[in-house]
Amino acid sequence: MTPLAGCLLVSALLFSVGLAGALTRRNAILVLAGIELMLNAANLNFIAFWRFGPHPEYLTGLMFVIFSIAVAAAEAAVGLALILAIYRHARTSDVSEMTEMKG
Amino acid sequence: MGMTVSFLILAIMTLAGGVAAMTLRRLVHCALALAVAFAGLAALYLNLGAEFAGLAQLLVYVGAVAILIVFAILLTPARPGDEAEKVFSPAGPAGAVLALAVFAVLAGAVMTSSAARQAAGGAVPQTTMREIGFALMQRYVLPLEVVALMLTAAMIGAVILAMRERRAVPGSTVGQSPELRA
Repeated sequence: MTPLAGCLLVSALLFSVGLAGALTRRNAILVLAGIELMLNAANLNFIAFWRFGPHPEYLTGLMFVIFSIAVAAAEAAVGLALILAIYRHARTSDVSEMTEMKG
Repeated sequence: MGMTVSFLILAIMTLAGGVAAMTLRRLVHCALALAVAFAGLAALYLNLGAEFAGLAQLLVYVGAVAILIVFAILLTPARPGDEAEKVFSPAGPAGAVLALAVFAVLAGAVMTSSAARQAAGGAVPQTTMREIGFALMQRYVLPLEVVALMLTAAMIGAVILAMRERRAVPGSTVGQSPELRA
């Protein structure tokens, strides 16, 4: 197995773990954590393709990861603020109890 | 050239952290395991020769996102009655099966791909901070500005969303402090 395939497999595994968490956990914060894990798995793919690709000197994968980290940080901040707002309203962070869009 | 031992150790650490973060019962333990997974990923980036991305990952994820998640967990305590034994949602088994199916498809695609089999993986690319800076300021300057604008908007949006509403509508409990309502 080449190093690239190893990286891609680790990334696929991490993505599946994140997906499983996002789909199975009740707590909204952990659903967000699962989504973060999936984003990180995608970042690992970018780094792996940059490292083992034919033209690493163009820095494309590296730049994509840097921008992706910034976008993911913004997403985490807004997502957690949304969870806090919903918690203040409904007194729960259980996604299976969040059944109303209008309080 | 196979995978190095350090890569395997870091990959196992990252995956163990991820699995623990998604399966542990106590939420604070989950957040700590998530920090371990993020740190393992940062070490993987460093191992692959992407120093800047690795350190950015360490700063942003371990330093900020993990702490933010801990704060969110501490700010949303469960009600005394329903803490126990309801960790997974009723649709949990279906979600796990779906995630397994996704992994099977991805792993099959990776194992049969010719690109992954014949990737050379030569010497570690030598990128200096100077080159990254030039790339950010020249070729990627527009995305950089857009990201700056987006971060500002996200910060303001997060503050507005999480801000306590000051004036409560008469007759409604929205916006009152929890002590008043309870």
